[in-house]
Amino acid sequence: MSAFFAIVAQTVTLSFRIGGGALVGLIFFLSVVIVVPFGVGPDLNLLSRIGPAILWIGALLATLLGLDRLFQDDRDDGTLDQLRLSGLPLEAIVLAKAIGHWIATGLPLVVAAPVFSLFLNIDPAGIGAVTLTLLIGTPGLTLIGTIGGALMVALRRGGMLVAVLVLPFTIPILIFGVSADNAVIVGPQPFTPPFLILCALTLFSFVIGPVAGAAAIRASDD
Amino acid sequence: MGVAQLANPTRFLSISGKILPWFWVVTAILIAGGLYFAFPGSPPDAEMGEVVRLMYVHPPAAWLAMLCYAAMAVAALGTLIWRHPLADVAQKAAAPIGAAFTFLGLVTGMLWGQPTWGTWWVWDGRLTSFLVLFLMYLGLIAIWMTASDQGRAARIVSILTLVGAVNIPIIHFSVEWWSTLHQPAGVLEGQTDAAFLPPMFLMLGGYTTLFVSLLLTRMRTEILGRRLRTLQMQAAGAGA
Repeated sequence: MSAFFAIVAQTVTLSFRIGGGALVGLIFFLSVVIVVPFGVGPDLNLLSRIGPAILWIGALLATLLGLDRLFQDDRDDGTLDQLRLSGLPLEAIVLAKAIGHWIATGLPLVVAAPVFSLFLNIDPAGIGAVTLTLLIGTPGLTLIGTIGGALMVALRRGGMLVAVLVLPFTIPILIFGVSADNAVIVGPQPFTPPFLILCALTLFSFVIGPVAGAAAIRASDD
Repeated sequence: MGVAQLANPTRFLSISGKILPWFWVVTAILIAGGLYFAFPGSPPDAEMGEVVRLMYVHPPAAWLAMLCYAAMAVAALGTLIWRHPLADVAQKAAAPIGAAFTFLGLVTGMLWGQPTWGTWWVWDGRLTSFLVLFLMYLGLIAIWMTASDQGRAARIVSILTLVGAVNIPIIHFSVEWWSTLHQPAGVLEGQTDAAFLPPMFLMLGGYTTLFVSLLLTRMRTEILGRRLRTLQMQAAGAGA
């Protein structure tokens, strides 16, 4: 277990150091939130209604940033091979990398969400709902994105392709996250059913992410 | 004759070369018959009028889009578990065909939605999950186009295909889970009048044999293309 937490801590540390890019995601998130009112107009009623959707899309796009480098840097300098020799199952290594990546990129988004909600005129109950659903949903987004990051190791490519591959798989999380928020802000549907489905999707991605990610890294072995 | 023996590409080429013309003939007969029954041979619908004839192109396209994905998922297992050499070829050959059928399903559905629902598009469960299927096909094609090593590309595509297979039951049950605008399937449950069934089933059969014919043709082209590439590499090596 100590090896597992060492990988988590290493991933977090590297993300916050120079060349990491953990906070770039947060700035990108803020930029998306700021750009949308220019696109749809500064109507506060409209913004409070579509606010959760803006925050969710911003979080989704910010999560995709940096995924293409998640395993490639470790592959390039040989760290990935060393980790695989450590005796820890590859699935556990992938899970540890994903958790570290989420702490560095996903958690700041969740913490910032209540502040950014103020720009979008979301009421206090809505702020609570958005923050809670993002807290539950962003680990799912990161874990699904981890599969894309692992595929990039095998493909030796990066950039837009990982976003193109990952985005379709994140749609269910987006749908149920936003519909849980809208249940609180617009009503009249109850909050609990979509929220529970969101929890289920995240739990599901905790299984599929490490398994498929490890399979993708093994596929890159020659 | 088992699947294992078909793994020899030379044997596959000789067998598929013999049966492929027959598949094209059957496809032509079925689609010609289907077109006859679709236009002069069947009545317009009481409510929808002539628009009902879209039923002979839309559900078969949607059905083939899902069948093609299921075939790719089986071939993905063949690649990952048995390292079946033809499974790679089959996956690569099937992806653009499936994308084309998905595109057809989306376009015919939109053309059908405009006169009957009054809108080209709604974000209901069936339409959305089907659009996701189209995106996944495009993503898989993108991997095939990006990877330089085809064997490695096949393993990557296989993993993504299997992860995406979750979407197939979602598409199938979407009309029951979220009962919005798209009507549930009613052909096999006897909710469709008998007058509409002959063209429906002829087109369904015609589309299916068309898929098999296209798949075999593309697989043969891919195998021959790989051989050609090997010969060119050898010639280049000999010349140097």
